[in-house]
Amino acid sequence: MSSDAPSPDDPKRTAEFEARIARGDVIEPKDWMPERYRRQLIRMMSQHAHSEIVGMLPEGNWITRAPSLRRKMSLLAKVQDEAGHGLYIYCGTETLGVDRHELLADFLNGKAKYSSIFNYPTLTWADVGVIGWFVDGAAIVNQTMLAKASYGPYARAMVRICREENFHKRQGYESVATLARGTPGQRAMVQDAVNRWWWPSLMMFGPNDKDSPNSAELIRWGVKKKSNDELRQRFVNLTVPQAQAVNLTLPDPDLRYNEATGNWDFGQIDWDEFWAVVKGDGPCNRERMAARRKAHEEGAWVRAAAAAFAAKKRAAAAGAAA
Amino acid sequence: MSVPEFLLRLSDDRLILGHRLSEWCGHGPILEEDIALANISLDLIGQANLLLELAGKEEGRGRTGDQLAYFREAVEFRNALIMELPRGDFGFTIARQFLVSVFGILHLERLSQSRHGDLAGIAAKALKETRYHARHSADWILKLGDGTAESHRRVQDAIDELWRYTGELFEMDDLERALAGDGLAADRAELREPWRAEVGRVLAAASLKMPADGFMQRGGREGRHTEHLGHLLAEMQIVARSFPGAEW
Repeated sequence: MSSDAPSPDDPKRTAEFEARIARGDVIEPKDWMPERYRRQLIRMMSQHAHSEIVGMLPEGNWITRAPSLRRKMSLLAKVQDEAGHGLYIYCGTETLGVDRHELLADFLNGKAKYSSIFNYPTLTWADVGVIGWFVDGAAIVNQTMLAKASYGPYARAMVRICREENFHKRQGYESVATLARGTPGQRAMVQDAVNRWWWPSLMMFGPNDKDSPNSAELIRWGVKKKSNDELRQRFVNLTVPQAQAVNLTLPDPDLRYNEATGNWDFGQIDWDEFWAVVKGDGPCNRERMAARRKAHEEGAWVRAAAAAFAAKKRAAAAGAAA
Repeated sequence: MSVPEFLLRLSDDRLILGHRLSEWCGHGPILEEDIALANISLDLIGQANLLLELAGKEEGRGRTGDQLAYFREAVEFRNALIMELPRGDFGFTIARQFLVSVFGILHLERLSQSRHGDLAGIAAKALKETRYHARHSADWILKLGDGTAESHRRVQDAIDELWRYTGELFEMDDLERALAGDGLAADRAELREPWRAEVGRVLAAASLKMPADGFMQRGGREGRHTEHLGHLLAEMQIVARSFPGAEW
């Protein structure tokens, strides 16, 4: 994907395509689509897949230290699910005519982005529960919308992934609730994790609508159905009562219920921090990329062996057939 | 007290190896292997959990599986040394998994016939899982052995390095002999030849050499471990021990 510039698409076909979107048709891989639509989807879907893969690192950081065997198994299974989601979305992206190796190369050389939330460190065991609650919770709000996206393979991937994310979120919240009613040490640990993850979780929905250049187009093409700010508000509205239910406070003095709108109003997001993390200066950007590159480089000989073995098998099969 | 002691040997083998495999999660050579190694790790930790719970019950001192996992010292662990060796490269991890899983199948086939009903049940479930672990690792032994010169060298080095830790898997002592005599445990020594046959078959197909039996390291069953185990447990137990009396 060398350029994001729209290619000159046939205006008549584009108009037909937009009429299909307006009718609520689902676009499938073999259907004609504007080049710009295809590129936007590749960008979104591959970012989503990369996020699943990078997302394995902060939580994976606690697999070996999980404090009970049950929690260890849940966490391992969760991180394994994320690998599965990544694989599944990479396959979905391949339906748009790119292959996984290209996408992976763009990611490893820093060209493709992933969700900024994973550039924050996991400092205590409580972070694992809070990530399940906030980060998976935010992902569900976003993905429930994407499950109705106009591109069929993406929408179907989201339906399946949402089901698993719901499970992860319940598990995370249950872990948080256990800590919140636990010993004073556990309670302090979980409140601290909530304080650290709340604002970065709100940032997961992206810039305010007025600063989000891709949103209008994505909404027009039915990829997104709601704006960043609408989704963020929905997440806040869902999460505030959940925090109250387990007696945890959210670190925002401006958080209050607005009778007129029925929303929970919240304070100002620190957009300087958001953009710093997006541009590579978050607490863990370098570590995350370094970990992925290390795994890739250390695995090179394994992939070479698998490819050489497969080539030998093919040659042998061809020889036998001849 | 011989049944709980025997169950700890079985559970600790699985807990410690499962822990080593879990270290790969997020760092595998391909995404499919992150998933596969996590799967095997989950199976092993699941088996360990059942066996530890059973050990605690048999012991009758009110210890839960988690207490046994998180509040024993290294010298109280009963796993074979091969399980605790650092994960090494992918070739080392696969070679170990292969050698241990082939043993595991043979052992579990017999344990699933144990007169101890709970143990037989766990063994039968574990046997199905272990067959998959053996198949998955044997597939990779073939690919690595017959892949590139580098992969061949790496996996052969791993097999050579691991070989001196395999003898311990087949060791019998008075405790297991007595249990085997009562139809509760199995004679590990009898498993040696079928193990050599199966390992030899796969290594030959992968054009790898089976090392000669030389000096064999031992001691895990009596709590005499490598220095690696203490570090592994320090990491595994840190949170649980930092919050005494906490529920998770």
